Amino acid sequence: MAEYGTAVHEASRKAMTAWYDRLAAAAKTGAPTAYLMISGNCVEILRAFDIEPVFPEVNALQLAIRKQSLPLILKAEEMGYSSDNCAYVKADAGFTFGEAAPGGGKIPKPTFIVCNFVGCNVYIKWFEHCSEFLGVPLTMIDVPFVRAERPSDGDVRYVVAQLKKLIADCEKATGKKFDIDRLREICALSAKAEDGWQRCKDLCKNTPAPMDAYFDAINLMGPINVLRGTQDAVDFFDVAVREYEALVAAKRGPIPVEKFRIVVEGPPPYPFYRQFRDLFAAWNAVAVQSTYSTVGGIWEFGFRHDPKNPLESIAQQMLMENLCNRSLLDRYKQIRRYVEEWKADALVIHSVKSCRLFSAGQGDMRDYFANELGVPTLLVESDLEDPRYYAQAMMKNRIDAFFESLEHRKLLRRAQ
Amino acid sequence: MIYGAGVDVGSTQTKAVIIGSGREIVARSLAMTGANVSKAAEKMFNEALASSGLKREQIGYVVGTGYGRYKVTFGDSQVTEISCHARGAHFMFPGTRTVIDIGGQDTKAIRVGANGEVVDFAMNDKCAAGTGRFLSASAEVLDLPIEKIGPLALEGKDPVRLSTVCTVFVESDIMSYLAQGKKVPDILAGVHRAIAARTMSLLQRIGLGPEYSMTGGVTRNVGMVAALEEKLKAPLNISADSHYMGAIGAALFALERAEAASKGKCEEAVLGGWEDGLQENKR
Repeated sequence: MAEYGTAVHEASRKAMTAWYDRLAAAAKTGAPTAYLMISGNCVEILRAFDIEPVFPEVNALQLAIRKQSLPLILKAEEMGYSSDNCAYVKADAGFTFGEAAPGGGKIPKPTFIVCNFVGCNVYIKWFEHCSEFLGVPLTMIDVPFVRAERPSDGDVRYVVAQLKKLIADCEKATGKKFDIDRLREICALSAKAEDGWQRCKDLCKNTPAPMDAYFDAINLMGPINVLRGTQDAVDFFDVAVREYEALVAAKRGPIPVEKFRIVVEGPPPYPFYRQFRDLFAAWNAVAVQSTYSTVGGIWEFGFRHDPKNPLESIAQQMLMENLCNRSLLDRYKQIRRYVEEWKADALVIHSVKSCRLFSAGQGDMRDYFANELGVPTLLVESDLEDPRYYAQAMMKNRIDAFFESLEHRKLLRRAQ
Repeated sequence: MIYGAGVDVGSTQTKAVIIGSGREIVARSLAMTGANVSKAAEKMFNEALASSGLKREQIGYVVGTGYGRYKVTFGDSQVTEISCHARGAHFMFPGTRTVIDIGGQDTKAIRVGANGEVVDFAMNDKCAAGTGRFLSASAEVLDLPIEKIGPLALEGKDPVRLSTVCTVFVESDIMSYLAQGKKVPDILAGVHRAIAARTMSLLQRIGLGPEYSMTGGVTRNVGMVAALEEKLKAPLNISADSHYMGAIGAALFALERAEAASKGKCEEAVLGGWEDGLQENKR
């Protein structure tokens, strides 16, 4: 009988630990590294130069899930960051600027910084501060926000031109000559991992879903966003697909009996990850899809990096094939597909106080799904990083009441 | 005769109600919750028992509700106060489609279906702005007993416009109006209007629809009822027992479960509450 999630969890942990080991080694040897952002990232270009990516957002969430974020947030506030500022930024600022070497020497000072600020203006300031305080060069990639259904040809050309500038900066930082064939190979590896990603997500259309596509998706998000373009990522997704296919065959999922299928919008409250998850597990609710898992990229609808057009496909991902650089109406469409195609009973929106990019418009979103589409929708609020915004009793009350009402209505339908 | 009991342990007050199989309320009790939540729950339950003249073993089932519902240690299960207020309001006023509960620490807007089921709800977030606590903070600043502020607010001819519904900052806002020489009834009328406006925004989130029933202790405040009715442009269903509505809903759930259990009808027992999730929550 397949054991739930063990192989995936272990493979993810191993792959991510190996990445951290490479970063720790780089901190000692001075091997080239670069800061990069998760959302719609262009890690393939860095890989073409063997530059190891460092993701400050991953540092921030790791600090939060280990319950270490608050002292760093307070430190950043002492430095002058506003209490309303993004708590990811503050935790990382407290972490990076508060110590002589970030991560006590485990995370290297980057060779340079790449700001692919996809949809978030605050991130521009974050990476500018990093560049200024760490004294390393910054490559800013201006990604136009996509308001229409597709980015214009001009938008794609504009981003490709900037990727060429990034390539020149990588050449300068490493002394290596750019090899387009190497980039094609990397994009082919990316596409293979993306196939695995789509397969894992598609398997969640089964009842029961073989994984929780919100809470367990972080096991998949590390490899797809951080290790994309490597054989390690491809191997990881082979493990994941195998395990989830076996679970589907055995009709097993993350909880003994799947009673409610939900779609979750918004990042999780990382400082209370376990407690938050347990509130849903208590009602036998499983997330069959989530938007947060697509901040890095949306591959479940078929987009792939293209070895034949590497730069254009990287630009496409940065512009369009990620959650945050598109209009809210596009996000509605994404969620609607999730609800319909993954046969969800309800939508849960977790709104985060310190990220307006993510949370602005979620009131309207709730209204649209609850009142126009008739999808039972719960909106709860806390934060992804700052524990001060989370109140367990209130959270539990709302979640319990929501599932009580779903249960009641289910029973009434059955009785009719 | 079968009896069910509901104990609503709110952040401010604890209420207990016992209902008999004829759906009649046989006892009710109420006191401040205080610091010892379990004790308050037990005390109110015992008071209700004493006033009903019933013995503990005659109560077939006890449901705990409110923020302290898990402290009703002698209870059989727990149901959130959102479901209980909806159930109670629908029982008292079957035409209810919208429930407004202004509690001590939170305000709830609940949309109710034809069978008393919760269709949607909205609550204030992690902040007591515009809740019952806002009213008591205002009363404290003005050095008035809480029961006086509602009638006084009705006397206000020229309501002030508060700059905040923040329970902390309302104090300085009121002080500044007093310093300007504004009359107390006008200030209080402004206070009640501010809460009504805040409550309306919650109601609009779930969609307005008559009949409207108001529940909770603030139903006793005539100023608040008037301010809400003015905003809604519709009457509010209120009874002398509206203060107890959470406990009434809980007692109804308890009674249904006790009745179903006595008949050995499991399906009905489930309909009375939410067995699986509640059992999980208990762990």
